[in-house]
Amino acid sequence: MMEVAASEVRGAPEAAVPRAREVYFTEALQEALAEEMRRDPEVFLLGEDIGVYGGCFGVTRGLLAEFGPERVRDTPISEAALVGMAVGAAILGARPVVEVMFMDFVTLAMDQLVNHAAKFRYVYGEQARVPLVLRCPAGAGRAYGATHSQSLEAWFLHVPGLKVVAPATAADAKGLLKSAIRDDNPVIFIENKVLYQSRERIPEGEYAIPLGQARRVCEGGDVTLVAYSRMAREAERAAVLLAEEGVSAEVIDLRTLAPLDIGTVVESVAKTGRVVLVEEGTRTGGACAEIGVQIFEHAWDSLDAPIRRVTTPDIPIPFAPELEAAVIPAAADIAAAARALVET
Amino acid sequence: MTAVESYKRMWRIRLFEEVVDRLFGEGVLRGTSHLCVGQEATAVGTCAALRPDDYVTSTHRGHGHFLAKGGDPRRLMAELFGKATGYSRGRGGSQHMACFEIGFLGSNGITGGGIPVATGAALALQRRREERVVACFFGEGAANQGVFHESLNMAALWKLPAIYVCENNLYAMSTPVGGALAGPGVAARAAGYGVPGALVDGNDIFAVRAAASEAAARARCGEGPTLIECRTYRLLGHSRGDRRVYRTREEEAEWRARDPIPRLRDALLRSGEVTALEAERIREEVELEIRDAVAFARESPALPVEAALEGVYA
Ligand SMILES: Cc1ncc(C[n+]2csc(CCOP(=O)(O)OP(=O)(O)O)c2C)c(N)n1
Repeated sequence: MMEVAASEVRGAPEAAVPRAREVYFTEALQEALAEEMRRDPEVFLLGEDIGVYGGCFGVTRGLLAEFGPERVRDTPISEAALVGMAVGAAILGARPVVEVMFMDFVTLAMDQLVNHAAKFRYVYGEQARVPLVLRCPAGAGRAYGATHSQSLEAWFLHVPGLKVVAPATAADAKGLLKSAIRDDNPVIFIENKVLYQSRERIPEGEYAIPLGQARRVCEGGDVTLVAYSRMAREAERAAVLLAEEGVSAEVIDLRTLAPLDIGTVVESVAKTGRVVLVEEGTRTGGACAEIGVQIFEHAWDSLDAPIRRVTTPDIPIPFAPELEAAVIPAAADIAAAARALVET
Repeated sequence: MTAVESYKRMWRIRLFEEVVDRLFGEGVLRGTSHLCVGQEATAVGTCAALRPDDYVTSTHRGHGHFLAKGGDPRRLMAELFGKATGYSRGRGGSQHMACFEIGFLGSNGITGGGIPVATGAALALQRRREERVVACFFGEGAANQGVFHESLNMAALWKLPAIYVCENNLYAMSTPVGGALAGPGVAARAAGYGVPGALVDGNDIFAVRAAASEAAARARCGEGPTLIECRTYRLLGHSRGDRRVYRTREEEAEWRARDPIPRLRDALLRSGEVTALEAERIREEVELEIRDAVAFARESPALPVEAALEGVYA
């Protein structure tokens, strides 16, 4: 498990701080955790190797020193129980934030998430609140192989009661994680492992970004590219490629998959009449399948061409770096799909 | 397996792992891997007690188990290079490779994931009334997964021919065993299921082999599973990029002094099974073998991209 070279640089003296700072994606997440822990003593962290080690990807590095082992709690390798314990703590008013080391391991905790976390509010007659966040490092691109590279978010869209958040930028990661922690529902928070290494500007000072609002990354009139998480960055790159060929693409970064801001998508499709949906997850039953149908339900009459999907094919993620790179969607694939649509 | 052959396999594992470590450092290999330097005696000692047609299941730290069971270093190395000649044709990688033919049922990326698989393999053997056994390797960290307890319960209940070999190397990633495992230890958990539990020095290949032989004999005659806890130490980091902030260099030095390979060599010299010169020659032979494995892997072809799309269903 490689670590991200997250710099340990913390805020300089107030006066010298510019209005925006450059931080690693990991640091943006770490700031969100630290700020929420300072704000609310009920927020605490649970996970494997999140203390001294700082988490497999360095996201919790430094938090043990500030908050101590009771609030930055290393657990045994017991995903089913630790997610279940987060549910139990949450119904008594705690706000646990669980790090599952790789999203792939969420499989071990599925019962507690699906049959417990997602159900308690409804079945216990609204007595219960389950304010927990499950942070899930996800995605391929690091040659970790089939059990350490998956994007499993689509599963959770099928579970009423769960929210699903998947930021693409460091600024969004921070603002959305803060909202996720404050939310009174169980939230699956997807962190793409390739994004961890990106260094970006984030706003200075306190801010939170509401769940359920998509972001228009760039405006365009010929085709809409809808994506989230790392694929929103690939879509952005695809828009640049397309612009060079005179095709004007509008990019929508969904940011939250549940609840889904279909309104923003439909508004864009109404303008362009063409849409490419992108996800890193595998194709069948993926997030794009749902988004595509919703577009059809809401805006079939604005479509000038069939909906196109760019996804990972229906296979386990291969280990060999060249094979892995070949099967994960990239900007060129998205641009090719958009080009084909515009030509129809 | 003779003690001399065991010695050779331990060197094969050691030099394989050291070369892999170097190739990662040089950026030749990509992804990550978990090396078992220092733990060679648990892998080889266990496999020395097995018959060639017995099975083992492995973990994320599986190169040693694979080589101990008779894996070909060339095809292992090719897998780490992501080449078509690798055991999984480059699709699996370090944590996902197997060779059923030699009884190696796979390394495993999920901590504890191999434990129920081994238990099920033992069930299959029992159903066929075959006198074969399954050795299940796992770390002490995996002993805290629910499936460990669920599997031991069923194996004990049905007297399955399984040997649970816990490699307690004192840390699960950064977590010291004392910070994660309640009770007196992994072996002591056997009592909860009414099966024998043995605590052995995992750096003493004779102790490991003796415990595994006894467990295999029990399993073969239908008396059920045994839980063996081997105390050992992984001398390198958990994986690539581990700065080992959770333990001291002094502790590492203490364990280096208990390196299982020189220990076996000294025993072989004392018993007269090898001379110093022969021992050195064995190491040199293995060195050439590993060099050859790297060359083979380097020169092997990659799998064509279309082949990444195949093989999902039988
Ligand atoms: C279900 C699951 N949880 C967490 C991990 C991440 N992980 C990989 S190895 C490891 C430590 C395992 O410790 P142990 O079982 O003692 O084996 P060791 O690494 O010491 O050989 C962890 C936490 C994983 N691969 N699978």
